[in-house]
Amino acid sequence: MTALTHLPKAVEDALERINPSTSRRDFLKSSGALVVSFGATAVTGAEAFASMAGGGGEALAQAAGPYPDPDFRQLDTWIVIHADNTATFYVGKTDCGQGTGTAFRQMMCDELDIAYDKTSLVMGRTDITPDQGGSGGSDAIERDGWPMRRVAAEARRVLLELGAERLGVPVVQLEVSDAVIAVRSDPARKVTYAELVSGQRFDVTLAGRDINATSGVADVKPVQDLRMVGQSVPRYDIPAKVDGSLTWAVDVKLPGMVHARNVRPPVAGAVLRGIDESSVADMPGFIRVVSRGNYVAVVCEREEQAIAAARRLQVEWERPAAAPFPASEELYAYMRSAAPTSGGDPDDVGDPEAAFAGAARIIEAEYEFPFQGHTAIGPAHALADPSAGQMTIYSNDMKAYGMRNGVAEFLGMPREQVRVVWMEGPQAYGRTAADDAGFEAAFLAQEIGRPVRMQWTRNEETAWDTKGPAYTFRLRGGLDAQDKLVALEYDARSADHNHVGYNEPDTVLIAQLMGRRRATPARGGAATPSDMYAIPNRRTTTQVVALPMIWETPLRTGNLRDPNGPQVTFAAESFIDELAAAAGADPVQFRLNLLAGSPEDDAFRRARSIAVVRAAAEAYGWEPRPSPKPRDAGTTPTQRGTGTNVIGRGTSTARTELGSGPILTGRGIAYTYRSRTIVAEIAEVEVNRETGHVWVKRLVCAHDCGLVINPEGLRRTIECGMLHSLSRALWEEVQFDTEKVTSVDWLSHPSLRHSDTPETIDVVLVNGDPNPDRSDLAPYGAGEAICKPLIAAVANAIYDATGVRIRRPPFRDERVLAALDAAGSPQSGPER
Amino acid sequence: MMSNVTLRVNGATHTLDIDPSTRLLYVLRNDLGLRGPRFGCGLGQCGACTVIIDGVATRSCVTTASRVSGEITTLEGLARNGTLDPLQQAWIDEQVPQCGFCQNGQIMTAKALLDRNPNPTDAEIREAMDRALCRCMTYYRVQAAIKRVTRGAEEVGR
Repeated sequence: MTALTHLPKAVEDALERINPSTSRRDFLKSSGALVVSFGATAVTGAEAFASMAGGGGEALAQAAGPYPDPDFRQLDTWIVIHADNTATFYVGKTDCGQGTGTAFRQMMCDELDIAYDKTSLVMGRTDITPDQGGSGGSDAIERDGWPMRRVAAEARRVLLELGAERLGVPVVQLEVSDAVIAVRSDPARKVTYAELVSGQRFDVTLAGRDINATSGVADVKPVQDLRMVGQSVPRYDIPAKVDGSLTWAVDVKLPGMVHARNVRPPVAGAVLRGIDESSVADMPGFIRVVSRGNYVAVVCEREEQAIAAARRLQVEWERPAAAPFPASEELYAYMRSAAPTSGGDPDDVGDPEAAFAGAARIIEAEYEFPFQGHTAIGPAHALADPSAGQMTIYSNDMKAYGMRNGVAEFLGMPREQVRVVWMEGPQAYGRTAADDAGFEAAFLAQEIGRPVRMQWTRNEETAWDTKGPAYTFRLRGGLDAQDKLVALEYDARSADHNHVGYNEPDTVLIAQLMGRRRATPARGGAATPSDMYAIPNRRTTTQVVALPMIWETPLRTGNLRDPNGPQVTFAAESFIDELAAAAGADPVQFRLNLLAGSPEDDAFRRARSIAVVRAAAEAYGWEPRPSPKPRDAGTTPTQRGTGTNVIGRGTSTARTELGSGPILTGRGIAYTYRSRTIVAEIAEVEVNRETGHVWVKRLVCAHDCGLVINPEGLRRTIECGMLHSLSRALWEEVQFDTEKVTSVDWLSHPSLRHSDTPETIDVVLVNGDPNPDRSDLAPYGAGEAICKPLIAAVANAIYDATGVRIRRPPFRDERVLAALDAAGSPQSGPER
Repeated sequence: MMSNVTLRVNGATHTLDIDPSTRLLYVLRNDLGLRGPRFGCGLGQCGACTVIIDGVATRSCVTTASRVSGEITTLEGLARNGTLDPLQQAWIDEQVPQCGFCQNGQIMTAKALLDRNPNPTDAEIREAMDRALCRCMTYYRVQAAIKRVTRGAEEVGR
């Protein structure tokens, strides 16, 4: 079984025969073969590769380590040209399923001037790809694409110079097409890239104080000259994911490999008092129980044996003296009353106190947001190989380099003896930035001295993965006599004390269970919404509160796809809608008015924001009117509910006349940005007023992330990202009693399903740049911005449909029904 | 404890010396080296482990290997003579997967659906697919890919 991803199948097979842990680059280096000669075999197939395996013995030795960091200042680290005039790119990123790998190839092909299908890509191998940090922060293309483009441009420049020398004409008289350099006036005079670098490496040293700044001398191309960029190239990884041929991290098998399962404390904070190893010692395949501190694992020869042994092992635990956290239903009261652990001083713009004092009306609302889990479809897993005194970890870790460093420190090994081989795995969205299983597999492999595969169970993953932090919010808005928003107060608290998620050796769960903890908890934060509207007077307060138990808790917080964005945008954009309703204004127009801006605003972002909000409204067919929606014409008003959306002084009671049928329809919009990416989303809902069930029938997204590399790939990311947040809006909530998480599988922790899927999703890709034809149009991130406004859009649509404002997700049937009941909805009203 | 268990998988017959209570998923993955069915929950709730046994989409993580007497088809067994099943091709044409980890369950569940009902309504698709979970939320494109097979790309209109 091979550890390589995205290599030609024939090469994989050949590698597999030689050594499960070798690699093309290892082989290349150790065999002494020149770049081009190795490359030829990579393309021509297994037989040629096998014939080269005379150097295989050296390859084996080399593959066993050490694994020094590839030098990002060497062009050869990034690009290899093969003898058949194809190329392989090596980049320090991982693809979490959004097709970034395909996009990297498109960008690098354009700069190098080579056809897409003549290239391949290697990602996330700490020993053979430069450290670009792996995935996170939606920065794959926005930030890390730049050094990729620049090194590819530099390779092209170097090749052109070699070509000029070979052809005997100045560079300016040459042209390049598909890796062939020709004299412009005499195209018959030509030379291929492979012919130029045959027998030599680039051996070009690049500049750059860090990897993000890596650059040669060449400039990247103007946007107008890009050919592959902007094409919807099909993702190269999809066929192998559809026909079953891809080797995932879960598929790697090594000789002598054994299987491990964890045994978790039954309640958070329980202390290990004893293990009765005799309870499993006679089980078939049993190898060992390994424990340290409160960490316990069972290792067996076969997987089903490890499962059975972990179930049967008798372990004595002692409950902690104090409850580790409040029950989930008490969480928000706890968060509001707890002493904050950080933050607290308000940040003022203008004179909010005076503005509120002078306001004609003040609208106020409180919101809550639960802990939500990553709950990956495949629980955490990794395989660690301790052979020859090295440690190789096969993992879907999105930040492979961070894990390499963390594991080395955790195990007390030199970094050069540890490598992480990133392979495809279940969605990450932040989970594998705190890659517990990789650390556990490595620890157990070191203890056992054999390759160990760690696999978490469903219940373990759903209970113990990292969580997106819970929030409470209080918002106040002041409207003047003309219903203009003149003052806004935003007060947020997050339960985000000790935020983990960067694969540190003292924050992963195994470390915490072993009692290995950093001196101070990792700093969390309470975020603010994107500062998008022109509101002259503002007061912003953010605070963090700790739950009683800080360490080794199943409620440890981590990076869940835009770690705070969905929470804070839910509150902020729900409240803007409440203000619009109070003002009797159309929600789109109310936002556009707020975007009209003031001179000191960021004109670039404002112009693009206005374009995006308008594009969403147009794509939806938005007809201006205030929310909530008036009752359907021709039906008898059965009820006049009083919206519960307004507290505080002033009026602004939303008078709602609900339609007479069981299904109420409405639409809601929310808008925000993330970094430089602007997004507006509209949800159209059907609310069943007898069951409380919400179906989002249609979604519209207008999205501006600047230069689009792969439009169809981007559309998929947008669609799925919106639905990810729709799942968080409708279903997801971590539930717990005072000592353990109780939502532990797909029944107790439901997720979005096929039946919840909208009938229609419309995506509009906007380029609202004030100068849309600029030659240096930049790409911005697209992995997370879409997740931010969706929950608010749904809440606003529910309000539009029903006149009832729901201020805490998820909008499950029972919560919606209860809110409808509380508002005097028809099913409990006197008319029925 | 161990005994011979015979399984027919993708047209081949295998006799294995295993604990007969072993769940089918682990036999397929660890003994037969198949990569299509994957562990997602071990509880029969998510569908990542789905195989087709005598035409029925079956969750191999809760199926006891020794009790299976029928013909087992896995994702690897859908292609015929090197040609992908139309559903697999539709998955590529529609660019369905994100991470792709659950897609075995999506495709195998859809395959069993179309084998018994070649022209399902939207409602029937949603109902049949409802317990095949995806955490990247590719549902919209999964449904589009199924309709691409049953009604053609033009009808799907995306």
